[in-house]
Amino acid sequence: MCWAHLRVPLPARVSAETLRALGRNQSAGRPCIFGGVVPTYNRMVVDQLEREQADRVFHALADGTRRDILLHTLDGPHNVSALARRYPMSFAAVQKHVAVLEGAGLVIKQRQGREQLVRGNVETMRQASRLLDQLEAVWTGRIERIGELLADEQNQGANA
Amino acid sequence: MTVVTSIRKDPEALTMEITAELDATVERAWQLWADPRQLERWWGPPTFPATFVDHDLAVGGRASYFMTGPDGDRHHGWWQVLAIDPPKRLELRDGFADEHGTPNDAMPTSTMVVTLTERAGGGMLMAIESHFPSLQAMEQMVSMGMEEGMTAALGQIPEILAGQVSSA
Repeated sequence: MCWAHLRVPLPARVSAETLRALGRNQSAGRPCIFGGVVPTYNRMVVDQLEREQADRVFHALADGTRRDILLHTLDGPHNVSALARRYPMSFAAVQKHVAVLEGAGLVIKQRQGREQLVRGNVETMRQASRLLDQLEAVWTGRIERIGELLADEQNQGANA
Repeated sequence: MTVVTSIRKDPEALTMEITAELDATVERAWQLWADPRQLERWWGPPTFPATFVDHDLAVGGRASYFMTGPDGDRHHGWWQVLAIDPPKRLELRDGFADEHGTPNDAMPTSTMVVTLTERAGGGMLMAIESHFPSLQAMEQMVSMGMEEGMTAALGQIPEILAGQVSSA
């Protein structure tokens, strides 16, 4: 396994917790946590935490109502009662969906006067799409090289 | 002209399908997979070139390869052929191996289905569908040979979410 070239900075929320657990300050560990800054044992801890976080994110996104709530709250803060009116379900059910999104770090709750506002957390969404983006980059690179290979061959054929 | 024509990413099903249009015949494109010397020219990025040691494309057959990093570090992997229908379809299990090339059963595997089809009006389409058994497996697999993936645009509006909502 080559974690050495998985040079992705951890999302801010996870890395802050993790680094606190490791007794490190954020600036020392963050830029390249898999790149040799942290010893192997700690790297495994980091990896585990990041994975649990990812599982929560994917679970939270697996529900249509939650994706819809997330889309609206990425646009701007909404209060829970206004959100609840959008869906044919109880206030409590919507509150539950919001709690799952919050647990995954996808939304953040904040109090404003008497109102509880929910806003989407763009950072975590980026983390969720990261893995598939990386895989896409691997394959677009491969396809580019295939294109070059085929073009080389055609040029040689033309010159022969 | 080689172009990626579609990319479908499904974070719930843990699959990604990428389709490219190649300026070649289906038979020619098949050689990209069937000839290990051609595979070596595109499987790994220039910073992690791949070397195929074994390459037996028959049902149950195996291919083993290693990728060599900038510091001379080697990362071993293997394929097992699950189904093959030349020159149209290839289904592989993709896994890790230790430094001797022995498959590491403790590590997850993914499956990959390659489909080659002729395209009306010339050229052909090559589709690769990757499927992962778990998010953990995806993390581990994706990190192998991933140098160029690091430039993936983190600053973009998440495509996954947009794709999910429009299909919901």
